[in-house]
Formats: sequence, C-alpha cells, structure tokens
Amino acid sequence: MSLLDIFNVAGSAMNAQSQRLNAVASNLANADSATSANGEVYKAKQVVFAATPMGEDGATGVSVAGVVDDPSPMKMVYDPKNPLANEKGYVTMPNVNVVEEMVNMISASRSYQSNAEMMNTTKTLLLKTLSLGQ
Amino acid sequence: MLNRLDDLLNFHTQALRVRDQRQQVLASNIANADTPNYKARDVDFKTALQGALKGAGASDGMTVATTARGHIAGNPGMNAQTGLLYRTPAQGSVDGNTVDMDAERAAFADNAVHYEFNLTRISQQIKSMLAVIQG
Repeated sequence: MSLLDIFNVAGSAMNAQSQRLNAVASNLANADSATSANGEVYKAKQVVFAATPMGEDGATGVSVAGVVDDPSPMKMVYDPKNPLANEKGYVTMPNVNVVEEMVNMISASRSYQSNAEMMNTTKTLLLKTLSLGQ
Repeated sequence: MLNRLDDLLNFHTQALRVRDQRQQVLASNIANADTPNYKARDVDFKTALQGALKGAGASDGMTVATTARGHIAGNPGMNAQTGLLYRTPAQGSVDGNTVDMDAERAAFADNAVHYEFNLTRISQQIKSMLAVIQG
C-alpha cells in the first residue's frame, strides 16, 4: 500500500525542514555573536538535504546529509573599543546574512506546511479506503 | 458468478492501485521540493493502468514460469516502474531541482479526487450487487 509510505515520506521531509528551521534559528540568534565557548567567532550553519529511497517501490524521502559551515567570508566591523578587536581595530563578526536567513525561514515553513497538508490528504484517503463498502 | 463479480470490480481496483502509486510518487516530489538535484517524477497514468489491467488479466501479462510442483504462480500485477517518467521542467532552477511546487500540489489534489472517485464507484458497484443479490 503506497499510501502508507506517504506518511514516511512526508514525515522525513517535515523532519528535514524542521532541522533547517533549527539552523536558521541558531544563525539568526547568533548573528551578532563575536565569540563563543571555544573562542571562535560563530559561523553560519547550512543544512544540506539529500533524497533517500524509502520503502520498496520508489518512494523518495528526504534526509539531512549534513550541516555545513557557510563558506562566505566573515564580516569585519570597525570597533576599536571592543576587547576582541585586532590591532587595526576591526572585530570579526559572524557571516550570517539576515535577509537570506529570513527567506530560508519562510521557505522552510512553507515546505513544512505543504508536507503537513499532504499527510492530512493521505489520512482522509486512507480512512475512506477503510470504510469502503459500508 | 464470482468470477464475474471479480471482473466487475477489477477495473476500479486496478485504477485505485495506480492512483495509489501515483499519489506516492507525487508525495515524494513535494517532499523533495528543496533537495538539490532532485528530479521530479510522475506516473503516466494511461500506460500504467493499461499495464496493471494486463497484469491482472493473468494470461496475457508477463507471468512467472512455474517449472516445479512447489512453485507459486506469481501475478506480476502493476510493476512500480511501469510508466514512471521524469517531468519536463517548466522553469529550471539553479540547484538542479525540477520540482514545480504548484504543478505538484495541483496534481496531488487532482489525484486524491480521482482516488476518491474510484472508491465511490467501487462502493456503488458493491451496493448495486448487494441489491441484486438480496432482491
């Protein structure tokens, strides 16, 4: 029954999207964290999605292949009074692009919604199938 | 008589199986709307249904050869790969993904309605058969 596989597919996609939302949340929260527990400046995190086969007949779900650091250059802010400033007076700030993260957030939440709706439709169909002939 | 009853319900049962399969393929597309390099797929309904009807009709479909007494005669039914094609993207995207969310969701809703239609038809057929049997 392929309809039952849809729950797995939609579930995996929702899980992946929520991880993406999680990454967006940490990026936005740490947009101004010039230092951290290990003394390093915070680097923006990006979630990489990968298609994964699920079930035996061609159902394809989503898995998180990994969380990578954003390779874009760090922001340099001139602030000589900051104790973290280098000899020229510049402080290294996280490479979080707030606009990009907001777009990412909206995209993730829309995808999550689509998948939740898909699950609802499938549930209705399955329940109707169960009551067949009554 | 029972054979005829089976024939009566067969068409919509097979259609239901193909719809079921297609629903799952479309669900995979929607789930992977954000996966880089994912290629959207769809079932060619006509081909798939023809394949399924042939398979269900046992004799003219491809059947498993039974060469020893203990072998079970397999009914291939619908193959998962029958009529499974790649979608032609209307607008390409930078990450190589070919899922068009609007098209997929429209197809998903359309397929759900058709699935319900087939269910309703089977229900009606069962009801009319019962009416005939019970008089």
